[in-house]
Amino acid sequence: MNGKKSFGGGRSKPAAGAQGKGGEQRRPMFRRRKVCKFCADKIDDINYKDVKLLMPFVPERAKILPRRISGTCAKHQRKLRTALMRARQLALIPYTAE
Amino acid sequence: MTRKYELVYVVSPEASDDQVADLHSQVEAIVQRMNGAIEKTENWGRRRLAYEIGRHKEGTYVLELINGTGELMKEIERRLKVSDLIIRQLTVRVDEEQGKIERTRSRRTEISRRRRIARGLPPDRQPGEGQRGEPDEDRDDRFDMGVEDIR
Repeated sequence: MNGKKSFGGGRSKPAAGAQGKGGEQRRPMFRRRKVCKFCADKIDDINYKDVKLLMPFVPERAKILPRRISGTCAKHQRKLRTALMRARQLALIPYTAE
Repeated sequence: MTRKYELVYVVSPEASDDQVADLHSQVEAIVQRMNGAIEKTENWGRRRLAYEIGRHKEGTYVLELINGTGELMKEIERRLKVSDLIIRQLTVRVDEEQGKIERTRSRRTEISRRRRIARGLPPDRQPGEGQRGEPDEDRDDRFDMGVEDIR
């Protein structure tokens, strides 16, 4: 796909019609290519104190949003993870939701 | 070997302002005794905890930026652990990470300046340039702790 890496396996490319699997209609599925938020916004500092930045990566169940969903690149996901885990220790974000 | 550390501790909500100030001065005393320096202290005030710790639902957060040795931080951690008023604490070494961030940032501006000059533009971004909705300045409200962000 235009030379750029797309993470998330086959999810981000238009479904290949050749397999004949998937939807009944043959039209190619359109999915927006996901981009890493931190690369796009040029956020270098993923800080555990920045709850506002971290909250979108903590869905309802308070688990860490996986890369395949959020589109975050590997480097930033690692940083995000340490930030989230630090924030959890300080009870800034939850470990679980009841 | 002095390093830069960031210490955040959560004080029990039952503690009075005086007690919080007292804890701060205790930390300060240890830092001074062991030839360190406090660079910055920030009181985030009372915040809701994301989960209950013991029976507490709220806590007063205090952040201290400390220059000092590992032994100093060890001593502070030990002292804070003993105190009943502290319900959580976290020490993070920040100097390395900050240096890394600075380097990537300066490299990025360097590259963008070079590109802009190559395109015959002034090296720095002019106000009003860029895409619509994009702020001219870097946002600096990232550490606003007053707002209720916790779900």
